[in-house]
Amino acid sequence: MSQVALATARTRPSAPDGVPAVEVVDLRKEFVRREKKGKDRVKRRRRVAALKGVTFTMERGECVSILGQNGSGKSTLVRLLSTLLLHDGGSAHVFGHDVFADPRAVRRLVNRVSVEASFFKKMSSVENLSYAARFYGMSSSETREKIPQILERVGFPADRNKHGMEDLSRGMQQKVALARALLTSPVLLLLDEPTTGLDPRSKLEVQDFIREMRTAHDATILLCTHDLAEAESLSERVGILHKGELICLEPAGELKARFGVATLEEAFFAATGRAFEEEEEDEDANGGEG
Amino acid sequence: MRGAAATLRFELIALQGVLERNAYLVKRYGWWELAFFVWSLANTLTIVFIAEGVEATGGQVDVNRLTTQLLIGAVIWSYLGIVFEILIETVAWERWEGTIEYTFMAPLARPVHLFGMGLFAIIYGLIRSSLLFIVIAQFFDIKFPVANFLAAVLVLGVASISFIGIGMMTAVLPLISPEKGMQMGYIGQGMLLVVSGVYYPVEVLPRWMEWIATVSPATYALDGIRDAILEGDGVGAMWDEIWPLLVIGAVSIPLGLEVFRRGEIYAKRHGKLKRSG
Repeated sequence: MSQVALATARTRPSAPDGVPAVEVVDLRKEFVRREKKGKDRVKRRRRVAALKGVTFTMERGECVSILGQNGSGKSTLVRLLSTLLLHDGGSAHVFGHDVFADPRAVRRLVNRVSVEASFFKKMSSVENLSYAARFYGMSSSETREKIPQILERVGFPADRNKHGMEDLSRGMQQKVALARALLTSPVLLLLDEPTTGLDPRSKLEVQDFIREMRTAHDATILLCTHDLAEAESLSERVGILHKGELICLEPAGELKARFGVATLEEAFFAATGRAFEEEEEDEDANGGEG
Repeated sequence: MRGAAATLRFELIALQGVLERNAYLVKRYGWWELAFFVWSLANTLTIVFIAEGVEATGGQVDVNRLTTQLLIGAVIWSYLGIVFEILIETVAWERWEGTIEYTFMAPLARPVHLFGMGLFAIIYGLIRSSLLFIVIAQFFDIKFPVANFLAAVLVLGVASISFIGIGMMTAVLPLISPEKGMQMGYIGQGMLLVVSGVYYPVEVLPRWMEWIATVSPATYALDGIRDAILEGDGVGAMWDEIWPLLVIGAVSIPLGLEVFRRGEIYAKRHGKLKRSG
């Protein structure tokens, strides 16, 4: 075990074998929306359900993909599991730790890569990674050794290590985002559209990296994506989240067989009753909470 | 015992992370820091010149004493501005950068996070305010024959505990209102100083404002610093200022943490941690 892995393990809560990596039961989340209604156009509060009783489990080392439009609740699910939102009902456990009652234990086990590679734009990749690593108990001597190694592994050019993030391409920024997630050795990795907006080469590199995370680090991965081919090639099971409900979750082959179709795209149409393109148009029009 | 030591090490490394990040940002925004220092300089000069202006227009004042009083008031205004601004940036800057979700999902204890921001604010504020004091003093023929600068810095340090507590309460505002929360923090800073005798004795205030002054840490900080610089008072002679500061600090820190905790719960319930804009 590396020095960094040892350091992380010293303070990390347990992730015992035999316990599901993720156990979500009847998870519900609502948001309050203010909108003008009626003839008088007076603003009124309305509760909108983002997740309507979602239930599923994930085994350790498994990769599960969740498909659905942004408004379907994918990002809300990821934010709930990341302890960034509080739920309105049901429960969620990560390696046996209650996400809402014991969030600090969960935070030490989880990391996330989202569609936006969010960083301090003036700071360099090394400075941004050092900042993130300190919160996971990594000292200066540990990060001095580990950060260049990890950046090299994700294919980040060493001569750009000291450049501000604002001077890097979107693909490079996403590589640093993956390095940030890897640096903390998460046992559960939440990926929220990690390849959206990347060029084909960067996309393949990110997908290879996700595979490596599973094989080399035994990470459990929840992948929310719009890319049906990506979902099929990376994950054991594919779920479809539609209007806050998880309408199915099974291997891609079984999903296609269930609807008697040849492709995952057709299965998606059949499951949701709508074309995937329509979903994306809706999402552009709504731009709502994911 | 080993578990406690590991936990302490973990929290200290996290604290180091908060301090380092702020240092990186000061370094990366070096020219902007210089520009803001020039702005503070200009702002402070407009206040401190008032003493000479009063004499020039026929007023009978001890110019040296009034200049020093105004200088102390203006420097404390600037110091408090830095402390509040850095604490408000705990949320506001990270929301703007889009990093807030990553910081809030990290296993970082919120008291350590806020204390780190406060500690950096004090260190940075002391350095900048001392520089401001020194540079402004060069513009005037001010004499400090009996000044006890060490005691003045000590009073400011004790007062800073309360400033951090109050700053934590204002830091929560951008969580509740992403658009206007930061500006509300500046209102808090102004309200605190107006009742604390920043450029005048609190006795000139209306009765109800005088009462508020008794619970404001800035009142005791300004009194103590003026006594140390103008009268040469040592720490022993300033106990009347120090004990209220300790009491207000002991109340404001837990209160600040609780207010922030509730603000964080509100933000997580309503989905306000997500970057907007």
